[in-house]
Amino acid sequence: MVAHQFILNGQSVTVETPADLPLLWVLRDVLGVTGPKYGCGVGVCGACTSHLDGEAFRPCIHPVGSTAGREVMTIEGLGAQGLHPVQQAWVTEDVAQCGFCQPGQIMAAVALLRKNSHPSDADIDAAMSENVCRCGTYVRIRAAIKRAALLLRSGAGVNGG
Amino acid sequence: MADALESDAAAPGGMNRRRFLTWVVASPTLMIAARLGLDVPEAAAAEAPVTEAQTPLSLYIAIQLDGRVVTTLPRTEMGQGITTAVAMLVAEELDVALDSVDVRSADADPRWLIQLTGLSSTMRYLAGPLRSAAAEARARIVTAAALRLRALAFTLTTANGEVHAPDGRRVGYGELAEDAAHVLLPAVSSQPKPPSEYTVVGRPTGRIDALDIVTGAARYALDLDVPGALPAVVARPPTLRGTVQSFNDAVARAMPGVVGVVPLASGVAVVAQTFAQAFAARDALQVSWTAGPASTLSDVDIRARLRDAIGPRPLPPLLTTRTVEGRFDFPYLAHATMETQSCVARVQGTQAEVWLGAQDPKYAQREVARALGWDLAPQRVTVHVVRAGGGFGRRFFNQVAVEAALVSRAIGRPVKLMWSRNDDMRHGHFRPASHHRILAHLGLGGSLLGWNHRAAIPTVELPHGFGDVLTALAGEVLPNVTSAVFFALSQRLHYRFGLVGHELREVAIPIPTASFRSVFTSQVGVANEVFVDQLARELQVDPVALRRSRLTSSRLKAVLEKVVSEGQWGRALPPGVAQGVAVLEEWESAIAHLIEVDVTGGTPRVLRVVIAADVGLPINPKGIEAQLQGAAVDAMSTTLSAGLHIDAGAVREGSFADYRWLRMKHVPSDIQVHLVRSDDRVGGVGELGYPSAAAALANAIARATGTMPTRFPILDEGV
Repeated sequence: MVAHQFILNGQSVTVETPADLPLLWVLRDVLGVTGPKYGCGVGVCGACTSHLDGEAFRPCIHPVGSTAGREVMTIEGLGAQGLHPVQQAWVTEDVAQCGFCQPGQIMAAVALLRKNSHPSDADIDAAMSENVCRCGTYVRIRAAIKRAALLLRSGAGVNGG
Repeated sequence: MADALESDAAAPGGMNRRRFLTWVVASPTLMIAARLGLDVPEAAAAEAPVTEAQTPLSLYIAIQLDGRVVTTLPRTEMGQGITTAVAMLVAEELDVALDSVDVRSADADPRWLIQLTGLSSTMRYLAGPLRSAAAEARARIVTAAALRLRALAFTLTTANGEVHAPDGRRVGYGELAEDAAHVLLPAVSSQPKPPSEYTVVGRPTGRIDALDIVTGAARYALDLDVPGALPAVVARPPTLRGTVQSFNDAVARAMPGVVGVVPLASGVAVVAQTFAQAFAARDALQVSWTAGPASTLSDVDIRARLRDAIGPRPLPPLLTTRTVEGRFDFPYLAHATMETQSCVARVQGTQAEVWLGAQDPKYAQREVARALGWDLAPQRVTVHVVRAGGGFGRRFFNQVAVEAALVSRAIGRPVKLMWSRNDDMRHGHFRPASHHRILAHLGLGGSLLGWNHRAAIPTVELPHGFGDVLTALAGEVLPNVTSAVFFALSQRLHYRFGLVGHELREVAIPIPTASFRSVFTSQVGVANEVFVDQLARELQVDPVALRRSRLTSSRLKAVLEKVVSEGQWGRALPPGVAQGVAVLEEWESAIAHLIEVDVTGGTPRVLRVVIAADVGLPINPKGIEAQLQGAAVDAMSTTLSAGLHIDAGAVREGSFADYRWLRMKHVPSDIQVHLVRSDDRVGGVGELGYPSAAAALANAIARATGTMPTRFPILDEGV
């Protein structure tokens, strides 16, 4: 057991766990942050997608030890100061069905839009194809990303992004 | 039996084939219960002032002091959008804002007339009782307001959760909730509105839980804060239904965070402080397994058994000059819900509580009670029904709840038990594989004399509640709904094809099965529509023209015409790109798909999907569109690339890496949905969109490549 300190959704947290404990279980079982979901545990479904220093990553295969001093953001942090444009677009396009994969989808989309303010269909395919949606909401995810891109380009709300 | 699945949830205004009984439940504030009144005499229906707390019921609606309207249903939200559609119906009849309606899933209780979420039955079954209950509540609120305001009840109007008097005075529903509970007889009509007056129902509406979902606030079973609940996972055998011979947990028990090890019939459970520690200790267990009952069976054996079960051809009808045969193979499918099987359980002494995304909570209650040795006292088990991360038929089975309860009792602490993705893929209940032979008997001049479809399918383990649902929908008591009965009830062909027969050959194969979105139609209905195209090729007619001339249903013809026009059937396309169509009428709804596919890249690529559906009254067009888009993705996935393999009694696929459900890059950006409304009946939606999407894709591939696909998934490379 060692103490690991990192920034979670803007606040410093310290946990005492083995260094190789995957961050997903530190978030869910130790810190009670349940937005990131378990879908596979091996980094192939994207249900836990969150951000590490602003980049999309998979907490289920990322040991807590390697987050020391870094910034972790989960879906809970994204909308902390009002809905992020991507979340707004998700509501407007009524993307979700069962909703289980959507925190991960949204975090993947936010990371995409941070790098690419005007993603093409091919860009969306490339960035979003590692996130499974078993309900088949892909058409609406695509539409929501395009809507969010418009919102972001027009400068509407960038809180938490 | 031909119309056994016909509608119950008739619209108000003269179309009622069923009556809905409503009554006031004794409560400090107004609470109205309703039931589908199969046994209710007509004279007593709708306004009967019954106050029996023990009467079986379908739902209830309560008006709270704060004006919120709480609707409690014996149904489960798994993504299909029923909570939104229910809230819309309630808001419509009560004249309240949509966001003032809460919809809750009830705990398991034998008093619920039907507590099962499946068979695309929720809205068909509940729309009528919901409208009646909400209209009854409104009438009593208005009556209470008339007394309060000393006004004539018929002069009062309602809007946005308030009663308005002609002189401008207004009073909120919350303020009237107590008085309304004591109204003896409503002074205004409690008849639901005619659909022509709807302003909420029928308007495309976003999900009422959208905000919770996009902020991560939506809680699934394992997200619930049950104090002290510890993570638990189970080491499972390599083969299906294998059992523990012996195990050594010395190493596992000494590992960090481990709280306990509990042997179960299905494997060995490990409880730890975190799931990561539980997984690590699970992997350190040394277990000897006894192979399961299917361990001598692999795909090739199963396929041979199914093929053998088809048997010799029946005699063709008289005057048959030629018989065309089609053979089709479908694979086992995992439901692969995003949320794996998960349950929180707390067993203390003679009481148990479980939190479960159950599709059949009463069955879960009985199963957990039986596992705990409480067969005669199932009421000791409380089943809290929670939001589920996808269902598709998988959550009719409750092994995870049984495991969680047993582990909780063994360690004396609450547990949250989760199946790993591997567990979920390899130890579930599966849509069975199947083999089909279709014979089309042709006579002189291209006449069609007969159609015989024989399907060999391993017995499907149907949920216990299916019989209740089908009985309610059919309006007559059905026998025990076995696989064979359900097949006979559900499989039909809406074509003039002479003598039509569908026969099921059940094959006993010891692999756990379940219904899957569309149940038998996910195979039988797909094969039929693919073979209709083959028949068109044999007769050298256009597949749309053949359907136009042979379809017996005006609703099917209308949706077919809609996709033909919207999808520009027959438009010029480059070589290697083609269109396919298919239709289906089921669950009181009709649907047609037109799909364009490009096969020039080797791997078929879906370019465009055009859907037309007639679901009668479209309660929430946006939700219907979502269901039909999702079902199309299911159909494309299982037609092209997702299927299970069985190797010596074990499932080969273990995750979304090898169970190749479609991803963003595989799905076209355009899946159009057009709604056609032939009447105001409420049709089913959840399963409607799967079979004809699969068939239209197969038909498009046949037209693009010149070869009819007969084995699914088409891109299966791993036999």
